[in-house]
Amino acid sequence: MSPPKFKVTYIEDGGTAHTVEVAEGWSLMEGAVKHLIPGIDADCGGACACATCQVYVAPEWQEKLPPKGEMEETMLDFAPDVRPTSRLSCQLRMSAALDGIVLNLPKSQH
Amino acid sequence: MPENIVIIGAGQAGQQAVQSLRSEGFKGAITMVGDEAYPPYQRPPLSKAYLLGTFERPRLFLKPDSFYEEAGCELLISTSAKAIHRAHRTVELSDGRLLAYDKLLLATGARVRKLRCPGADLAGIHYLKTIADVDGLQSVFQSGKRIAIVGGGYIGLEVAAVGAKRGLDVTVFEAMDRLMARAVSPQLSAFYAAEHEKAGVKLKLRTGVEGFEGGAKVQRIKAGGQTYEADIVLVGIGVVPCDELAVHAGLGCEDGIVVDQNARTGDPHIWSAGDCTRHVGREGHSIRLECVQNAIDQAKHAALAMVGKAKTYSEVPWFWSDQYDLKLQIAGLARPADRLVQRGRPEDRKFAVFHLRDGVVAAVEAVNAPGEYLVGKKMIAEGKAIAPETLADMSIPMKQMG
Repeated sequence: MSPPKFKVTYIEDGGTAHTVEVAEGWSLMEGAVKHLIPGIDADCGGACACATCQVYVAPEWQEKLPPKGEMEETMLDFAPDVRPTSRLSCQLRMSAALDGIVLNLPKSQH
Repeated sequence: MPENIVIIGAGQAGQQAVQSLRSEGFKGAITMVGDEAYPPYQRPPLSKAYLLGTFERPRLFLKPDSFYEEAGCELLISTSAKAIHRAHRTVELSDGRLLAYDKLLLATGARVRKLRCPGADLAGIHYLKTIADVDGLQSVFQSGKRIAIVGGGYIGLEVAAVGAKRGLDVTVFEAMDRLMARAVSPQLSAFYAAEHEKAGVKLKLRTGVEGFEGGAKVQRIKAGGQTYEADIVLVGIGVVPCDELAVHAGLGCEDGIVVDQNARTGDPHIWSAGDCTRHVGREGHSIRLECVQNAIDQAKHAALAMVGKAKTYSEVPWFWSDQYDLKLQIAGLARPADRLVQRGRPEDRKFAVFHLRDGVVAAVEAVNAPGEYLVGKKMIAEGKAIAPETLADMSIPMKQMG
């Protein structure tokens, strides 16, 4: 049986929005890659080793997310154009609680 | 007439080249040929989460199938290239077909180095490079089984960590006097040896393998003059570049397909990228890199050169390894004569070792220390000189050193 899917909206830096469905348990980085969303490089494939999958999470969704781990926190500390709403999308897992989440993408991941 | 590009090899470099060729505006036809049964996938998780069973196969694929359709890339899987006919600019395929090309990219990768010793062809001796390899290993990778791992490098140790977690009885045989000797400093080797032993993994260092014994399948491994019982053997002793096609086509090869800093071979119509290449690294030495970073960056540079926008490839190499809850991140290439500066304490399971060469950061190895890794990588790229005392001083945050 395949896992249930929930909606995610990725908004490119230029404003183009893509609403897609991502399977429960997959990371929001994988959801973007799977649906060919431009603006997420994810060079390391989700190992939290490259900081090229940064997203900005809309404020109303912030509190629904698990807190940042130490690795994520530090990787973000050194990523380009970091904001208080920044997260690494490889560390965020799709779940029913995140159904409908909106993520803004940075201009560049490098 | 729009040009026609053929890519041999459907791995990380091949996939990146398709993506970069299109984003750089290439409008012609692209055909990618791969000898495995799958479209391009990530190899790093194979020895980690995929073997552990926490990462399902569909998640391995670098792109969905629609990527290749949308990119107008014809993907020929389960197909190998048999020969390159440079005079006619064609590639001969295993099914007898001839593919014409205007430009050719060799992204053939590497294959596992095989053991050559008595009994090395017994059933039950596994290697790990492909999805098929891991699926074969998975079927016997069960709690209580005794696994003998030959080679204490990244692959061997990642499998050892997964094995220990899954309740296998794990022994690692390493011919050198320390773990990951080719890749990391002695401090890191010692730290990882202690972590593996803590997890119940038995380490046999300075213990070369002499052979295997068994009947229908392997039962014993002979190493260091002794015999050990084993239900499964996993060999991880490195890889060799897949450069045979290039050799037979008369392209320059020296343990890898020789390319310049634009990923060009000696033939103006042929480029090469990824594990299969040998190139002059940013420090001026001829190197062969086996890593995701090189596959991605060299493929990007090959694509740029193929569309007439050549740019010098001089990115800092980076690597990572996951063993237990330890994330090892490495940037740069260390050399034995480097001055080593440790920052943080191994007993905290969070520390880094910097390699200084002529006072400049040349490489960094970071364990659960991403700040040290990221700032170190930046310092390497910028050729930054820094005093060893400053680097080692934990009261100065890494951020202030960048």
